[in-house]
Amino acid sequence: MTGILGYRRVHGPPGIRNHVLSVHTVECASFVSQQVAAMDSRVHALGFPGCYSSPYASRMMQALGTHPNVGAVLLLSLGCEGTDAGEIAHEIRSSGRRAEIVRIQEAGGTEASVDAGRRAVASMLADLEHTPRVGLAVSDLIVGTECGGSDATSGIAANPAVGNAFDLLVDEGATVLFEETLEMLGCEQIIADRAANPRAAAGLQAVIRKAEAFAMQADQFSIAPGNYTGGLTTIEEKSMGAFAKSGTRPIQGIVQVSQRPPGPGLYLLDTVPDPTGFSFGYSNPNDSEGILALISCGAHVVVFTTGRGSVIGSVLSPVLKVCGNPVTYARMAGDMDVNAGRIMTGAASVAEIGREIHDQVLQVAAGRQTAAERLGHREYCIPYKYQSGCVLTK
Amino acid sequence: MQARKALRLHAIDNVAVVLEDVHAGDGLVILGGGPRASVEARQAIPFAHKIALDTVDDGAAIVKYGVPIGFATRRIESGEWVHCDNVGSYYAARRRGNTS
Repeated sequence: MTGILGYRRVHGPPGIRNHVLSVHTVECASFVSQQVAAMDSRVHALGFPGCYSSPYASRMMQALGTHPNVGAVLLLSLGCEGTDAGEIAHEIRSSGRRAEIVRIQEAGGTEASVDAGRRAVASMLADLEHTPRVGLAVSDLIVGTECGGSDATSGIAANPAVGNAFDLLVDEGATVLFEETLEMLGCEQIIADRAANPRAAAGLQAVIRKAEAFAMQADQFSIAPGNYTGGLTTIEEKSMGAFAKSGTRPIQGIVQVSQRPPGPGLYLLDTVPDPTGFSFGYSNPNDSEGILALISCGAHVVVFTTGRGSVIGSVLSPVLKVCGNPVTYARMAGDMDVNAGRIMTGAASVAEIGREIHDQVLQVAAGRQTAAERLGHREYCIPYKYQSGCVLTK
Repeated sequence: MQARKALRLHAIDNVAVVLEDVHAGDGLVILGGGPRASVEARQAIPFAHKIALDTVDDGAAIVKYGVPIGFATRRIESGEWVHCDNVGSYYAARRRGNTS
C-alpha cells in the first residue's frame, strides 16, 4: 500500500490534485481568465494565444481539461476566435467533468465576464469538495521527465539518478514518459535496441530520423563548443547523457503530444513537429512547453533535472526539481527538491539519489507540495505546432 | 590528503568521469562499482572529463553508460585523459561517409 489518496474521476484515471482550470481560447481572453483564477489557489489559468485555430492546440486543451488532476473547467472565449470553445467543452463534459463557457462579447465585457466566471468557478469548487477519494497504487501513476539548464553534471548525476528512479517506478507498474528526441542523435541503434517489440523499434527509429531531419533543417544538431569544454567528446556521449533519464527498462512505444500511453511501462513522447509539406515549424520553444507536453499525456508528476539551475514549475501537475550541480543547489536550494549534487561530491551513489527521487514522487502524489508548488509557480506554454496525432513507423 | 574521486557510470565502462580537477600522478578512487577500485592519472584532467580505466586499443570502443560513445583513434593507456585528441565519433564518421 502506498497510502496515497487520489481523486476519483467519473471516466479515466484518478488524480493526485483536484484543480479547476480557467482556459482562455485566445490571448484576448487571457486577462479575464487570470482575474477569475485569482479568486482561489486551486484554480489554474492556461490557454492558447492564437486567434487562428490549431488542431494541435485544441487537442491539447481537451487533453488538459480531462487531465486526472483536473475536476472541472471554465472556458473563456472572446467570441470571434477560430478555436471552438463549444467543442472543447463538449469533450470535457464527455469525461464526466463540468465545463462551462463564458463568451466575453456576449457576457458584456471584462467585469460581467469576470463575475460570471467567478460564479461558475465558485460552484465548481463547491462540487469538488465532494470528489470521492480513492486509494492509489504506484501502477496508477504516470510520471514524466525533462531536463533544462543542463551543465556538465547533468549527464553524470541528475539524469542517471532519474533513470534509476524510472526503473524502480516501472518495476512497480507505473507508466513513465521521457522526451527530447532532438537529444538522441547518434544513439539510434542503442535506443532502438531498448524497444520492447518490433513495432516500438520501428517507431523509435522513425522518430529519431524525423528529429535528425528537423535538426538539420534548423541547423541545431552539432555539439556546441561549451560541451567540449564541459567534458563531452562526441554527440553520442551528449545524447546518452540525456537518454540516461529513461533508465534501462524496455521502451513500450511512442506517444505524441496529448496522447495517453496505452499501458504501463516506459514510453517516449515525440514532441518534434511532423513535416507539413515543406516545413517543420518550430519544435520546443522552452522548457515549460516540454513539461506541458508531458502533462498533456496524463503525467501526474514531472521530474525536471537541471545543473545550471531553473525555477520553473507548471500548471496542473507538480514539478519535482532535481539539481545535479552542488554549487547551484547551494545557491538555489529554495527552488530545488532533490540534491543530486551529492553524487558529484561522492556523498551519495546514483542508486541512493534514484531511490530518493522515487520516494519523493510518491510523497508528492500523496499531497506534499514541491518547491515550485509552494512558491506558486504556474508556467505553461501552448505554441502553434503541427502533429498528425499518428506516430510514424517508417 | 583526501583521495580524489572518479565516477564510473556503468560496471562495463572503460572510462570514468573525474569529480574534481586532477593532476598528473594523482591516485583516484573509483566510485560506482565495477572491477577496478582505483586508477592513477597520467596527466592533468579537468573536472567532469573522462579518464581511461583500462588500456583501449586503437579503434576499440570507448564505453560509458554501458554503451559505446565513440572509438579510440589511437591506443589509450589506463590513466590517460580521454577526449577529442584520442576519440572519434561513430556518428560523425557515419555522416561523413554519407556525404562523400
